[in-house]
Amino acid sequence: MSLERRAAMATLLAGRDDGLLVVPGLGSTCWDLAAAGDNDRNFYLWGAMGGAAMIGLGLALAQPRRRVAVITGDGEMLMGMGALATIGLQKPPNLAVVVFDNGLYGETGMQQSAAGGGADLVSVAAGCGIGTCLDVRDEASLADLAARLKGLSETLFARVAISRAEPPRVLPLRDGVALKQRFRAAIGVNP
Amino acid sequence: MIAPADWPDRLFETLKAGGVRQAGYLPDAGHARLIERCRADKDIRDVVLTTEEEGVALTAGAWLGGARAVLLMQSSGLGNCINMLSLPRACRFPMLMLITMRGEWEEFNPWQVPMGSIVDPVLKLCEAEVYRVRDADAVQGTAERAVQRAFGDERIVAMVLSQELIGAKVWTK
Repeated sequence: MSLERRAAMATLLAGRDDGLLVVPGLGSTCWDLAAAGDNDRNFYLWGAMGGAAMIGLGLALAQPRRRVAVITGDGEMLMGMGALATIGLQKPPNLAVVVFDNGLYGETGMQQSAAGGGADLVSVAAGCGIGTCLDVRDEASLADLAARLKGLSETLFARVAISRAEPPRVLPLRDGVALKQRFRAAIGVNP
Repeated sequence: MIAPADWPDRLFETLKAGGVRQAGYLPDAGHARLIERCRADKDIRDVVLTTEEEGVALTAGAWLGGARAVLLMQSSGLGNCINMLSLPRACRFPMLMLITMRGEWEEFNPWQVPMGSIVDPVLKLCEAEVYRVRDADAVQGTAERAVQRAFGDERIVAMVLSQELIGAKVWTK
């Protein structure tokens, strides 16, 4: 069983408060995040493939009183898989890494990824020492994940099994300097 | 005259005084003392990385959250960072890199030369300002300028520590 990506993103962010900061991966999860509603506390990525989880780590360590959700795709996570070891060592209690896994590189023509071929990211995350590791395959466990994002208490990793559906792109702001400035202003760290 | 072995301590003190609160690193013998000082300091979070590009992303995330971070690496690690340096270039994140050189002065291992020999042009292509240090007496002043430039003006600044400064790796022990 798998979930539809836009609906899954909407469920995860429903009732979002100002304490939640969100970093998507580049590509489909970035469009999913934009489709869920623009927010100054989103830092959209249009590049830097493999870097989403580590941006989340730097942010989570810098902002221990806020919660950080990295919501990326399986291809992006695979490129930066070492970050799971780095995060497993740091164990920031306010960081969640959520991977929307369709086993495909959706943005480039739906080529199969290693996750689609059997690589199990939940086992990798658990093996790296990340405290809570979830395999989300149905609405009930998605609702559980959404509830956990409202009050993190230890580093969380979740793989969300999503379908192959490719909804239309929703493109957010793409000026990196503007994205950075508005994000920092929103959490009160400017200048 | 500062004794040569003291420069990593001067470097650490400059980073600390400059408000650096996260240090991402891949180990290098030339950075051993600085890493040790960062690990021992309760105000600085030391983050050992699996690849240097992780540190580029870490540093960007830190700045998004209002914190200053530094990235320590050996020259060979710069090659691992090139695409990720798109992040500070596209978003103008401050990126302070301290790079210890291999593959130049008195290098024993020829496999270090291919990357070591292209560090300066690669940095320039990535729009980094390059501050090279060969002399222990210049470390602190250069580090102060690098900190100010990186965080004060949101620039990529690479402080490149020459092999003459660090000393050649000892291969027989």
